[in-house]
Amino acid sequence: MTLTRDEVRHVAMLARLGLEPGEEDFYAEQLSAILAHIDRLREVDTDAIEPTAQVVQVGSRLREDLPEPSLPQERALTNAPETKDGFFVVKAIQESEP
Amino acid sequence: MIGMEVHAQLSTRSKMFCGCTTDYIGAPPNSTVCEVCLGMPGVLPVANARAVEQVVRTALALECEISRHTKFDRKNYFYPDLPKGYQISQYDMPMARSGRLSLGDREIRITRVHLEEDTGRLLHAGDALETASESLVDLNRSGMPLMEIVSEPDLRSAEEARDYAVELRGILRAVGASEADMEKGQLRAEANVSVRPRGSQELGVKTELKNINSFRALYRAVAYEIERQVRELEGGGRVVQETRGWSESEQRTFSQRSKEFAQDYRYFPEPDLPPLELRPDWVAQLRASLPELPGELRGRLAEQYALSKFDVEQLSQESATARLFEQTVAAGAPPKQAANWIIGNAPTLDAQRLAELIGLVVAGTINREQGVRVLEEAQASGRAPGEVVREQGLAQVSDEAQLGLVVEQVIAENPRAAADFRSGKQQALGALLARVKEATGGSANMRLAAQLLRHRLIQ
Repeated sequence: MTLTRDEVRHVAMLARLGLEPGEEDFYAEQLSAILAHIDRLREVDTDAIEPTAQVVQVGSRLREDLPEPSLPQERALTNAPETKDGFFVVKAIQESEP
Repeated sequence: MIGMEVHAQLSTRSKMFCGCTTDYIGAPPNSTVCEVCLGMPGVLPVANARAVEQVVRTALALECEISRHTKFDRKNYFYPDLPKGYQISQYDMPMARSGRLSLGDREIRITRVHLEEDTGRLLHAGDALETASESLVDLNRSGMPLMEIVSEPDLRSAEEARDYAVELRGILRAVGASEADMEKGQLRAEANVSVRPRGSQELGVKTELKNINSFRALYRAVAYEIERQVRELEGGGRVVQETRGWSESEQRTFSQRSKEFAQDYRYFPEPDLPPLELRPDWVAQLRASLPELPGELRGRLAEQYALSKFDVEQLSQESATARLFEQTVAAGAPPKQAANWIIGNAPTLDAQRLAELIGLVVAGTINREQGVRVLEEAQASGRAPGEVVREQGLAQVSDEAQLGLVVEQVIAENPRAAADFRSGKQQALGALLARVKEATGGSANMRLAAQLLRHRLIQ
């Protein structure tokens, strides 16, 4: 399976990665090689094997529902590039509301 | 055709994957957060056992099949209210599937119930949205345990969509899984709406309605959307698959850009959480511990107490109301009277005292109106109804001689009404009765007064 340039651009957009001109071809080749490897793995007969989502089978590790102290607000905000009145500040998100 | 996606915040003390408190309403922004729900690198989530239990209880109440093997997945998208860049949710192995919810004699199929985490909240700075250059992020809600309940497109009207959500809220509250207050955002309903020509078996193109903050808004948004789609199709246009928001101020739905295309969420198994096994013996224990559900309660109230459909609906909306009713009846009040008093007056008295009050009215010691006054006084002062009646000398006048004097005086003072009644105008009796009531300060036994009036007038 070979990825097209458009597909590479789409994947890059989803991952919020900026691509330089010409890089589409470079990554198209690399990603296609990875997919080709997956195709090779598909040749293995796995009919008799249960699907596995995880290799570490520790089983249901759950936590008791007990509240613990949170971080102080100033600690929570400490790495933020911009804050205001206890909020993180980000560039405006526009919804197309009338 | 309407299918619903309902999100409910679960009633836990701590968040889904960390120990932060869930008591965030009114807290300063970003004050109930930690490394885990802020999405810091290198931290590990651990699932909250109580949240898992509440999803299973809800799913059992919805008659779902519980999955023995279930797991969490990452749903990937970028948005400032989602600090990790993914939401921990469940994709192809939800905790439960194939349930149902009864609405009267209609059965709405439940597709699936799964567990995930809530996102943070985004506030738009500035007054006008268009001019705002920045948004504010509060992550207190981030990581709150959230259950999603998805139905099949089995609902057929705006009314049914609302009834479904109301019934679901009743079930969530009965099993104690969620406080399910829509205004507080603990219950969020999204409706997938499509229309099709009568008789057609194919589903039409659907739109997804969001921004719905009350049951009334749900009803109106769905009603508006059905009308809009029909208008569109009948005008030769077509319906576009999209997300539409409900505008409360304009009472209409509007097109919203979707964040990302569904197939682009790139779900994959959450590597930081082990798969979950819901053991059948544990599930059986939970099933056995389920409380009476709203449908069962309604059936029992109707049958056991011979109440009307209206009374049953009114009494079963809050479990506290139903409890007060049953305890009041147990304390000796006749069921119909107990229902009337509870529905009509929303008393805050305990069952014992309410039964005492109803007993005083039923026995004729006081009339209904006096009863209301005694109720108010008893509630305000904390004294027993019987005590209030004695202290305020409220007992109704049932003494025939005493009331007879009042009746004669009223007839003498209102010759016109008396003559009207004698000439056949039944309604003139009402005017005379009102005078008797006035003359006795509302304490007359009205049934006796009516008897006496008729008797004297006919003579």
